[in-house]
Amino acid sequence: MVEAQRVTIADNAPVVLQARGLRKQYGHVVALDGADFDVRAGEILAVIGDNGAGKSSLIKALSGALIPDEGEIRLDGAVMRFRSPADARAAGIETVYQDLALAPAMSIADNLFLGREVRSGGLAGTLFRRLDRARMQREAADALAALGVNIRSITQAVETLSGGQRQGIAVARSAAFARHVVILDEPTAALGVRESGMVLDLIRRVRDRGLSVVLISHNMPHVFDLADRIHIQRLGKRAALVNKTEITMAEAVGVMTGASLSV
Amino acid sequence: MTLRRLAALGPVVALFVACLFFAVQSPRFLTLGNFSLITQQVMVVGVLAIGQTLVILTAGIDLSCGMLMALGGVTMTLLAGKAGMSAPVAIAAGIGATTFAGFLNGMLVTRVKLPPFIVTLGTMNIAFALTQITSSSQTVTDLPALFTTLGTTVPVFGTRIAYGTVVMLLLYAIAWWLLRETAGGRHLYAVGNNREAARLSGIDTERVLLVVYTMAGALYGVASLLAVARTGVGDPQAGQTENLDTVTAVVLGGTSLFGGRGVIVGSLVGALIVGVFRNGLTLMGVSSVYQILVTGVLVILAVATDQWSRRNA
Repeated sequence: MVEAQRVTIADNAPVVLQARGLRKQYGHVVALDGADFDVRAGEILAVIGDNGAGKSSLIKALSGALIPDEGEIRLDGAVMRFRSPADARAAGIETVYQDLALAPAMSIADNLFLGREVRSGGLAGTLFRRLDRARMQREAADALAALGVNIRSITQAVETLSGGQRQGIAVARSAAFARHVVILDEPTAALGVRESGMVLDLIRRVRDRGLSVVLISHNMPHVFDLADRIHIQRLGKRAALVNKTEITMAEAVGVMTGASLSV
Repeated sequence: MTLRRLAALGPVVALFVACLFFAVQSPRFLTLGNFSLITQQVMVVGVLAIGQTLVILTAGIDLSCGMLMALGGVTMTLLAGKAGMSAPVAIAAGIGATTFAGFLNGMLVTRVKLPPFIVTLGTMNIAFALTQITSSSQTVTDLPALFTTLGTTVPVFGTRIAYGTVVMLLLYAIAWWLLRETAGGRHLYAVGNNREAARLSGIDTERVLLVVYTMAGALYGVASLLAVARTGVGDPQAGQTENLDTVTAVVLGGTSLFGGRGVIVGSLVGALIVGVFRNGLTLMGVSSVYQILVTGVLVILAVATDQWSRRNA
């Protein structure tokens, strides 16, 4: 077991989202074994770890998709109890899932506002939940333009886009609605080099808006390219939290796999 | 993009071609009187197809629709004809029965999490049995005048249109508006297109499904009233061919059986195609058994075309 845990404090930005002692057990399998987590305002935090280290359980707990058995999650210092992804989203935490939670046959605008449609005024809006399509399309176009995501038409179906463009839509959607944290699960996993580069640029722009970005990735070059700090998950716990500049790729892999017990 | 637009016109072209074919085959086809007949025949399948479309858009299927219609028809006619209930109350009870059955379908799909195919196959048989038991398989006659009101026709531009046809068109207009203009409509498409994405977007997918199956049940109730209005009796043998007819209408109308794609107006065109085929074949003197054969071929052709066009899109 990795007992040594070193937490590096490099600058003084406040911690936005924090978890302490998260525990989750499925039968005999311990997915989270007292995991801690910290992400600061306006930083990109990469979460790395071997398969089965509890990365995705940790992320699910933070995004409300999993209710931990024990432990505490704080957002801006206040204790949060997420019962569903909707709770986390309402609190300002947006998650982009690996399998792209988009509806392919629906338009880009419809996808951006899926589940939080803008209603028209008056009786039709309140009683029948009538949509304000013009406003949704305008705002969707603005949101994409602000993040530099280039698409031809906001009304085209998502399935007509390339993989990178779809990922761009998914990231832009989360950035447009997040107030605190954007969680990205393997955002470049299925993309080629050029499209990956596009998405990485987009992630930087999201951070530059002052949002905290949590990036789960297996791709070490991407992690070391993008992240400000790195959270290394191992055996259901946080094995280390370090500044990118204080660790080499080989050392990080060492901690991840348990070859070296600390950094 | 333009190819997709053209594909959307496919059902209209098919309807036109079918009309042309039957016009050549039978001189009686292109008469105002026959047009009136087709619209009256289509109103029942047309209303059923609205419910079927809603269910298929969620990537489900409703095999119980024809039998629920029979159950609704027998319920309302028995209550009015035999139990002596007042006609409006009996009609409301009939529609209530199919609505409840639809709600039950929805509960089994969302709470017990059974596949829609199995759920509705089960409720189809239950509804059929209940219909036979309550009516002793006897046609219910001697109905109050209110039951046949929707079947009466009014002259429009030299032809006659049934009130029931107007009701059907109104229901299509309402369904079209709800699907296109409201958040609920968007959610229905999202659930059918990518249920997990819809759930992660904060949409209560189970509620959407429950509402859809319940609404479908209510629509089958309205269809049962239209069927009673058209025939003037409560027929326990009704709804036998309607299951396939509605699925055919929906698929011919361009709605994908995989859910999330399609427009409700397409189902109206699809119902008209089915109606035109039945009517035209009858005029040509083709026996009803062969008509069933043709609808069977039609539905397979429609699904095959749908698959093929999507693969090449």
